[in-house]
Amino acid sequence: MRYGLLAAVLLSAMILGGCDGGVLDPKGPIALAERQILINATGIMLAIVIPVIIATLGVAFWFRASNERARYRPDFVYSGRVEMLIWSIPLMTVLLTGTVAWIAAYDLDPPKPIASSTRPIKVQAISLDWKWLFIYPELGVASVNHLTIPVGTPVSFELTSSGVMNSFFVPQLAGQIYTMAGMLTRLNLQADYAGTYRGLSAHFSGDGFADMHFNVDAMPPERFAQWVASTRSAGPLLDSKSYTELAKPSAAVTPFTYHAVAPGLFDSIRMSSMQPDDALCQRYPTSKRAEK
Amino acid sequence: MTLLGKLDWSAVPLDQPIIMGTVGGMVVAIVSVLSWVTLKGYVPYLWREWITSVDHKRIGVMYIILALVMLLRGFADGIMMRTQQAVAAGGAQGFLPPEHFDQIFSAHGTIMIFFVAMPLVIGLMNFAVPLQLGVRDVAFPTMNSISFWLTASGVLLTNVSLAIGEFAKTGWFAYPPLSELQFSPGVGVDYYLWSLQISGIGTLLSGVNFVTTILKMRAPGMSYMRMPVFCWTALASNLLIVAAFPVLTALFAMLLLDRYLGFHFFTVDAGGNAMMYVNLFWVWGHPEVYILVLPAFGIFSEVTATFSGKSLFGYRSMILATMTICVLSYTVWLHHFFTMGASASVNAFFGITSMIIGVPTGVKVFNWLFTMYGGRVRFTVPVLWTIGFMVSFVFGGLTGVLLALPAVDWQVHNSVFLVAHFHHVIIPGVLFGCMAGYNYWFPKAFGFKLDERWGKAAFWCWFIGFHLAFMPLYVTGLMGMPRRLQHYDVLSWQPWLLVAESGALVILLGIIFQIVQLVVSVRHREELRDATGDPWNGRTLEWATASPPPAWNFAVLPHVDGLDAFWTKKQRVLANQEPAARPRAYQSIEVPKNSPVGFVTAFFAVVGGFALIWHIWWMAGFGVLGAAVTLLAFMFRTKDEVEIPADKVGLFDRAHSVEVSL
Repeated sequence: MRYGLLAAVLLSAMILGGCDGGVLDPKGPIALAERQILINATGIMLAIVIPVIIATLGVAFWFRASNERARYRPDFVYSGRVEMLIWSIPLMTVLLTGTVAWIAAYDLDPPKPIASSTRPIKVQAISLDWKWLFIYPELGVASVNHLTIPVGTPVSFELTSSGVMNSFFVPQLAGQIYTMAGMLTRLNLQADYAGTYRGLSAHFSGDGFADMHFNVDAMPPERFAQWVASTRSAGPLLDSKSYTELAKPSAAVTPFTYHAVAPGLFDSIRMSSMQPDDALCQRYPTSKRAEK
Repeated sequence: MTLLGKLDWSAVPLDQPIIMGTVGGMVVAIVSVLSWVTLKGYVPYLWREWITSVDHKRIGVMYIILALVMLLRGFADGIMMRTQQAVAAGGAQGFLPPEHFDQIFSAHGTIMIFFVAMPLVIGLMNFAVPLQLGVRDVAFPTMNSISFWLTASGVLLTNVSLAIGEFAKTGWFAYPPLSELQFSPGVGVDYYLWSLQISGIGTLLSGVNFVTTILKMRAPGMSYMRMPVFCWTALASNLLIVAAFPVLTALFAMLLLDRYLGFHFFTVDAGGNAMMYVNLFWVWGHPEVYILVLPAFGIFSEVTATFSGKSLFGYRSMILATMTICVLSYTVWLHHFFTMGASASVNAFFGITSMIIGVPTGVKVFNWLFTMYGGRVRFTVPVLWTIGFMVSFVFGGLTGVLLALPAVDWQVHNSVFLVAHFHHVIIPGVLFGCMAGYNYWFPKAFGFKLDERWGKAAFWCWFIGFHLAFMPLYVTGLMGMPRRLQHYDVLSWQPWLLVAESGALVILLGIIFQIVQLVVSVRHREELRDATGDPWNGRTLEWATASPPPAWNFAVLPHVDGLDAFWTKKQRVLANQEPAARPRAYQSIEVPKNSPVGFVTAFFAVVGGFALIWHIWWMAGFGVLGAAVTLLAFMFRTKDEVEIPADKVGLFDRAHSVEVSL
């Protein structure tokens, strides 16, 4: 009972807590679907777990040695029916949650494009020590530690890392994905509501890790177009020289933007971890393995 | 290259008051214990009876002492992390700078898994398994001593890192590329690697030893289906050790080659692939979870059966569940990194296998429940730990299944939700189990029971403190808080982290009560004395000999004619169907001879490990050569057993008569 109460308190706390920018407060279709699975699976399992907790406490209490009314049955050590029951209860639970897992793993597969009539925008994300670089290859701009996206438009990410592994994560919009040097991962997300959401690296990457978070500004498409225009009009150029400068370790970097990006920079960053003259690497690029 | 490699005075962090204070305290404690022992003249006794002992019971006790001491160290790390996160909000930096905080969480994880949970579990197996099997020792007694001392070497090296140099700043799994030379040029990762390589050899030897013991050395009549459940779980656990630890050793060897000789297994450049490390790490890492938790499940089974006055419900089902987990544990490793970007079918496969492993685990919970059903449950301290485990563990299992759903895992992986989950299975699962075992077998080991009142107080503090400390982390995890944050600016997390901090303080109270329990029990040992050898009305063979048992365990090897043979015999005696004990014919017994080889090998292992960490090559050669020569010398030993004459055995046995003998 006490535990049921605790669970109830916790659930309400989670819901209250969820109103504060967490995964229980989704602002896009992917995060919304993921929350639904979380809630469904929790519901399925609570239906088993709470009775088991109550039964444990109840049985232990009733069969306490001092209880004269409880029947002592030292020979009750096997029962085919009970065995049948205790194997099938967890088996059926797993059958149910397993089906949920299977379907969701395909439906919400991070590289899977979001079905939409709006053309997705592409963003290339690179984790650096200890900041995020976002390149918009089609728009020719880039920003550091700040992500701006249009509302209602699918955003298609290609991600990699300059060195240490990180994990790109915007809890209110979609699940996370690792960024790994020399490899490419993909993630799709969409914001349905305008607002500022917290993004972060979820995977520890060294001393400056705690400051490796950023804001995601989801804004109406027309305002996004304005942002692109104003970004293009000012700021430095991102080429291999300024990238090398940026890649030097630094923490808590104030967000800024680049007015233009040298073409092919993302690919050269991703490939820079491999020696191009190494035949083995060319034949079996690690990136290909990650893509598959 | 200098005589001392990379080592110089700058390795000692004199400017860090917290570290130097801790080091000072530890040095004072060690020096005072050593001088007390020396002044009192206990050194020869310790050397003869403990350090060189190859008696599985003594080695078991030493493992447990080692683990409990390291629990204090690991807990100190834990409470520092909780305190740091309770205060470092909204611009505040707390009292631990990142380079120190990063070492603390890495050390906390490493110590708690390798130097608390492992030695606790292995210690309890060492103590109880041969007694439960009704035999006189493990298969390879001297190797057992080497195993223990190599584990102690790893512990020592990890603690030395506090005073000289630094510990890893990479998290307890030391993922590359972060743990590669390029990003971690210091000696921290080397301390981590060499400590675990040395203690890992010890663990592997333990595994070989126990698998052999359980398969080849059982009391006459003890077929597999008559083995106590704890022995079954120990068998499963050691089979996992034998199969999994070589993976870890090979993996660390590759990372060492990267760091020392410029190889490129896991580096960013030259075709290295860090994800290979991550995969192999968890090929060891997930079975490791079951290496720890299966013996704990065994303890819960023994405790539930004993204190319910019933045989375990569904013994065969329990064994089937144990062995199923043993096999399935190798099919789930990828669930530790669903966020790697593997294909949907790979994620779905590993998600479902991870859930399937919940089936046998669920069966076990029901078996314990039905063991209590129809029993006469005595609410002793071990039973409290067991029931506390059952009600907490099912909830930890629930969050585990959530994490096995790839789509949910992407949302809470690497967050404090994950931290809450694995503490929710490891603390109630492993630690509560070991605490139950500690209270359960203590009278067998020392001849007197532990104080019940302090034991219960300690349990309640642990139970309440655990929930206070980790339930809030589920909430902040869902709010998007990643693990390993040295500071944060989301103020709405802070109230939850303050609650978590208060939970850590309640756990601290629980630890203090456990220390008090031990002190009070030692002082009142005459009132708590167990004269019968069977203080709990036990079921298995360890209760059929004196407490503490003699070096030879059983004067006459017991004959086993069924499951719970000791209990069955007692029932027949009670019903006057059989006499309690027959006159015994004593024979002389050969017990393994003490050997300093474990201690000496470990000494050289520490020297060699330290030298390798600091690149002091001549000393590394000395250490490796010393260990090799010690082992070689041991192989030429001709006399490895001592004979205990029959009259001495008889004298002891008559003086410590047990009421019922087999």
